[in-house]
Amino acid sequence: MMVSISSYLMVALILFCVGLYGALTKRNAVIVLISIELMLNAVNINLVAFSKFGLHPGVTGQIFTLFTMTVAAAEVAVGLAILIALYRNKETVNVDEMDQMKR
Amino acid sequence: MSGEFIAFFILSLLTIGGAVFMISFTRVVHMVISLGITFISIAGHFVLLGAEFVGVSQILVYSGAISILMLFGIMLTKHDANDEGTGNTWKNRFVLVFVAALFGLLFWGIQNAPWQAPAQQAAEQSMNNAKEIGIEVFTKYVIPFELLSVLLLVCLVGAIIMAKKEGDQQ
Repeated sequence: MMVSISSYLMVALILFCVGLYGALTKRNAVIVLISIELMLNAVNINLVAFSKFGLHPGVTGQIFTLFTMTVAAAEVAVGLAILIALYRNKETVNVDEMDQMKR
Repeated sequence: MSGEFIAFFILSLLTIGGAVFMISFTRVVHMVISLGITFISIAGHFVLLGAEFVGVSQILVYSGAISILMLFGIMLTKHDANDEGTGNTWKNRFVLVFVAALFGLLFWGIQNAPWQAPAQQAAEQSMNNAKEIGIEVFTKYVIPFELLSVLLLVCLVGAIIMAKKEGDQQ
């Protein structure tokens, strides 16, 4: 029994939906960042699956995955730096208390 | 039931289980640990798909660096924090309905799309995976690669400047 492409797309879809739900409902900003990482990982699974099962198999999807990983790592570093700076000034990490621009 | 299918099943179970536990735990540190399980099993998926180099990079970058960075972020803020969600039940229900609708739409799309078999299947085993990626990166994608190095440098400087203590300028 061969694993088809739609099985991999299903796993990625479930992972993406879980990440989206977490990013929209969680309160701690670190957890929101983690949920965004989950969504990026789901996209990576899709890219690698299409680089094997797509119409033109090759390594392009894998190279795109490497680029995505690098950008995600940069995003996490800057996001945590912003979070730590905010925690130093506001003593909170909850996203619903970060409303200085609304007041 | 081939070995590939069994490996795929176990890895998928670990991936989705880690993600669901990540959502349902309340202690922040437990969330990061179950996220590590998810990342490692995603690396297993990559190896199963014939992308060994990407799988090893996934273990190095995600389960090595990003999980530890998240733990540092938690330790430097409130390290015994609980996350009960926003507590806004109407918003949570709306988000759940929205995500379920998105899931249903994409599920329908994946099930109904006519997936064609790859044009040439046997041609990809001719070269080593890492060697193939290296040749492609340094010939066809060399400008994005260099731009990425500039991005990493800018991000390093920016993260240090933002996380530095304000006020001690000498």
